[in-house]
Amino acid sequence: MTATNTAMVAKYQNNFLQEVEANVEEGDWVKMCMQCGVCAGSCPLGNAWEHPPQEIFMMIRAGKREEVLSSESMWMCTSCYNCIVRCPRELPITHIMHGLANYAHRLGIAHKKNPTRRFAKIFWNNISKSGRVNELSLSIKLYFMDGIVSGIKKGLQMMGVGLGLVKTGRLDPMALISHKGIKDTKGLQAMLKKANEIEDKRKGYAS
Amino acid sequence: MTDLVATNETILVVGGGISGMTAAIEAAECGKDVVLIEKSPALGGRVSQLYKYFPKLCHPTCGLEINLRRLKAQKRLRVVTMAEVTGISGKAGDYSVSVKVSPRYVNDNCTACGACAEVVSSEIDDPFQYNMSKTKAAYLPFNMAYPQRYVIDGSIIGTPEADQAKAACKFDAVDLDMTEETLELKAGAVIWATGWKPYDANKIQPYGYDRYANVITSVEFERMMDPFGPTQGKLLRPSDGKEAKNIAFIQCAGSRDRNHLTHCSRICCMASLKQSTYLTEQYGDDDAAQSTIYYIDIRAIDRFEDFYKKVQADPKTAFIKSKVANITEDSGTGDVILHGVNTEGYHRYDNSHDLCVLAVGMTPNANIEEVTADVHTDVSGFIEADEANGAIFGAGCASNALDVNRSIQHATAASLRAIQVVNRVATAEA
Repeated sequence: MTATNTAMVAKYQNNFLQEVEANVEEGDWVKMCMQCGVCAGSCPLGNAWEHPPQEIFMMIRAGKREEVLSSESMWMCTSCYNCIVRCPRELPITHIMHGLANYAHRLGIAHKKNPTRRFAKIFWNNISKSGRVNELSLSIKLYFMDGIVSGIKKGLQMMGVGLGLVKTGRLDPMALISHKGIKDTKGLQAMLKKANEIEDKRKGYAS
Repeated sequence: MTDLVATNETILVVGGGISGMTAAIEAAECGKDVVLIEKSPALGGRVSQLYKYFPKLCHPTCGLEINLRRLKAQKRLRVVTMAEVTGISGKAGDYSVSVKVSPRYVNDNCTACGACAEVVSSEIDDPFQYNMSKTKAAYLPFNMAYPQRYVIDGSIIGTPEADQAKAACKFDAVDLDMTEETLELKAGAVIWATGWKPYDANKIQPYGYDRYANVITSVEFERMMDPFGPTQGKLLRPSDGKEAKNIAFIQCAGSRDRNHLTHCSRICCMASLKQSTYLTEQYGDDDAAQSTIYYIDIRAIDRFEDFYKKVQADPKTAFIKSKVANITEDSGTGDVILHGVNTEGYHRYDNSHDLCVLAVGMTPNANIEEVTADVHTDVSGFIEADEANGAIFGAGCASNALDVNRSIQHATAASLRAIQVVNRVATAEA
């Protein structure tokens, strides 16, 4: 339990819908859902979801805070936007899913093992370090996410693709040493830090 | 046409469907002069295209017959068919209305003997059958058409076929020299009863109405049951003419959807419940006959709840609480496969059916804003009850998505409002 999580539980008591409306991106749309199920049926990854979007919306309204925020479901969204296009009430479902994932992460209670979340963290650390993605280090970290053995396996599997990329000049094999970021990485990091502070202050998160 | 007399004590009714006929008949029965304008060649409108009404499941031909009889008894009621209003100007108690009358090429000598149709071989899409079948280019719009007069379609005018039709007529009823006419009518009040049209199902992309032969609309399904319909009363699916027994109904096809129609069309739930009973009528106890209704929630308002309960108790009808996500086709069999999630328990399904009927929504038929700027409409284009409209009153489905019963009530109310206006005019002039 992070301090922010404890603070939010105290603040919103049992009204999880209000908490979502105030803190989750596009969260004030949740109450508009009429439970038709077209989003769940339209999701190409539907089978992989423990709770499809309309179920998550109902769980939010039913106050199932723990189940929703620790759920793996919203992390499965691939942003194909099929649900937004078809939703008869024009709910920005994709954005709400990302908003929920982000909020759960911010509270420190997001699903720990979900690969999407772990990859997102790797990606964020990678890009915020230098201002540009270091593709070689990103792929290595991704392959070795689950340990050395599976990392080597994945690496061997993808060897052909990797060599092809090197041959055509799309991947620099020396990038671990030679990767160049943007000119002012310190400035970028200061900006991100400031942005974080502003958001925390605006949303009343304990830092 | 030129003998048509209309004054500012006349009530003009635009649209000869069930609402317009009701409004016109009731005003005439109250002793008012009425002119009834209808765009198509015959009265009756969408109701005449129905096989049965809900909830009593009686045939609309019966109600139509009663209304036509009342109508024929009224000397004060004049009917102009194939006519469209092109402009309205003036104010309450003093309107000038421009009406465009298209040529029928058949005058009132016609006895509906059908000799002209026998010699004509060209065929045109039959709008009465929602273009599911063809009709001769010289045709009676439908069996009960009023007026009982044939129409010669403009497409054969100037061809030898038209001359043959003229030669075949023993009553000198074919007049190939008819031209478009424009009438300028006076009216004290206008009742706008132009009705509805089914929402264009092609716009509901995931349901593939434009791509799959066996996805049809509820109005087309209704025509199939009619013995005089395109399939002579058999439920034959369009792809291969096979009897459709396992039928899916999709509710809210276009309605209650901000991508299509924002309003609830009110009739579609009852229409599908009614149509599900057609399976028993058609196939009796055949266990293969099965209807499945996919719905968000069933809106069987007030006394219709009983009808809903009855259909619910029928083991041949299943209800799945789900807005269908999309439809695909089994290219081998032509069956349609409905994909979605049953929200009662969140079960994913891929259900195969012989035929899928889209319960399409209602959208206003004519845009009144094109003929006058003085009338207020809502976001869906329905006429609002607004004092600023003066003496132009919406009636029936021009004012809202209504079933037949409510349309008639609404038309009677509009008729009473119009009568009050012309009464005021009469008092002022006396």
